[in-house]
Amino acid sequence: MNKRIGVLALQGAFAEHMAALNKIGADCFEIRQKSDLTLQTPDGIILPGGESTVIGKLLQELDMLGDLKKLIEKGLPVFGTCAGMILLAGKLSNDDHKYLGTMDITVKRNAYGRQLGSFQTMGLFKGIGDLGMTFIRAPYIETLSEDKGVEALAVVNDRIVAARQGNMLVTSFHPELSEDLRVHEYFIQMLT
Amino acid sequence: MNRYELNKNLAQMLKGGVIMDVTTPEQAKIAEEAGACAVMALEKIPADIRAAGGVARMSDPKMIKSIQQAVSIPVMAKVRIGHFTEAQILQAIEIDYIDESEVLSPADDTYHIDKAKFEVPFVCGAKDLGEALRRIAEGASMIRTKGEPGTGDVVQAVRHLRLIMKQIRQLQNQREDELYHAAKELEVPYELVSYVHQYGKLPVVNFAAGGIATPADAALLMQLGAEGVFVGSGIFKSGNPAKRAQAIVKAVTNYKDAKLIADLSEDLGDAMVGINEEEIQLIMAARGV
Repeated sequence: MNKRIGVLALQGAFAEHMAALNKIGADCFEIRQKSDLTLQTPDGIILPGGESTVIGKLLQELDMLGDLKKLIEKGLPVFGTCAGMILLAGKLSNDDHKYLGTMDITVKRNAYGRQLGSFQTMGLFKGIGDLGMTFIRAPYIETLSEDKGVEALAVVNDRIVAARQGNMLVTSFHPELSEDLRVHEYFIQMLT
Repeated sequence: MNRYELNKNLAQMLKGGVIMDVTTPEQAKIAEEAGACAVMALEKIPADIRAAGGVARMSDPKMIKSIQQAVSIPVMAKVRIGHFTEAQILQAIEIDYIDESEVLSPADDTYHIDKAKFEVPFVCGAKDLGEALRRIAEGASMIRTKGEPGTGDVVQAVRHLRLIMKQIRQLQNQREDELYHAAKELEVPYELVSYVHQYGKLPVVNFAAGGIATPADAALLMQLGAEGVFVGSGIFKSGNPAKRAQAIVKAVTNYKDAKLIADLSEDLGDAMVGINEEEIQLIMAARGV
């Protein structure tokens, strides 16, 4: 049976992820409330870009945070972009909030400053090659725990902007905003 | 580097969210805590601008900076239509989004700001597809309905959004050889008409704004095709701003779930009193076409 990917659709650029998944022929559905998560457990989940404060708060208030955390801890493949990276981070260096906190990385929010600091660049993504990367008020990873199996997958201007720890993949940038679908394909590979 | 693309991208990240008007750092924190995806910093909310009368201008940069320091979410601020110097000032203090807004008194009765000349993004109001595409041609990277700000009456926002969506559907259904005439009638560039014909949507994100006061108002506009909402006076002119703000945020996320919106609509306290359409002295939506 085809793998089904749930895209967290509380706020942000979730439609762009759905479009990217559709283009590579993956089945996907929106997760807007708890029943979407419990009635049909997805084979993988995408946490999109948006405002992490909004998505994190809605996860709590819609009573989904605990369920989602358990699924990820049990090995559900998850891909977080931008705000999604912040939700997965074990620690935020410039913010007291902690949401899912399942990944052994320390992340800095709004690390490149305000919108004038947003940028596009080319960077090398381990296992994929050169990749166009779009950063929008983006975070980056300040530190990661190599001894806990976290591997940096992309470094831009000496900052870690993509990493993987087992079933968890995160990027500071937005592959869903580009026509290049190789990061989504990389995530699909993690499902098998 | 393509600044315009990056600026359209930021609006994409705001989708499904609520942008709230705030006048103080304390209100900005309440908004952020309640789940606002961005705040609009201004000295007076539209209802008070309406009540005060006189010329309404860009807010004091010091006040805007104090809000930038108070929250981690994007901060927007308004400039008068056509007042490109006010926009230069907001760019200088690194605002995340500029709203070239009919809520303030227009500075130019003919020309809008040449927004393509700026690095920071702009959102502009529109009553119909022609206005929306003209603002996009000038460089706006996000559109919102004008509605009628500061009234607590949603009727104009509904009218503007319905009209924009209807005109989009009409363009989609036209023959390709009819698009040149459509561009002439809408008074917009052919390329933008062609985009709407092909994709059935605006080339930028489209929010609803103007007169939204309840979770049901917000959900109504989402069901009509808005990609998110601005709430101006509706929150901090109501009895319990924090509770109402949270309820509107949740209603926008689950805008089709009537049962949830019913729960959210309970015990919100007084909504802003509001003014009916026929009682309005000043029609702000008529500014800047």
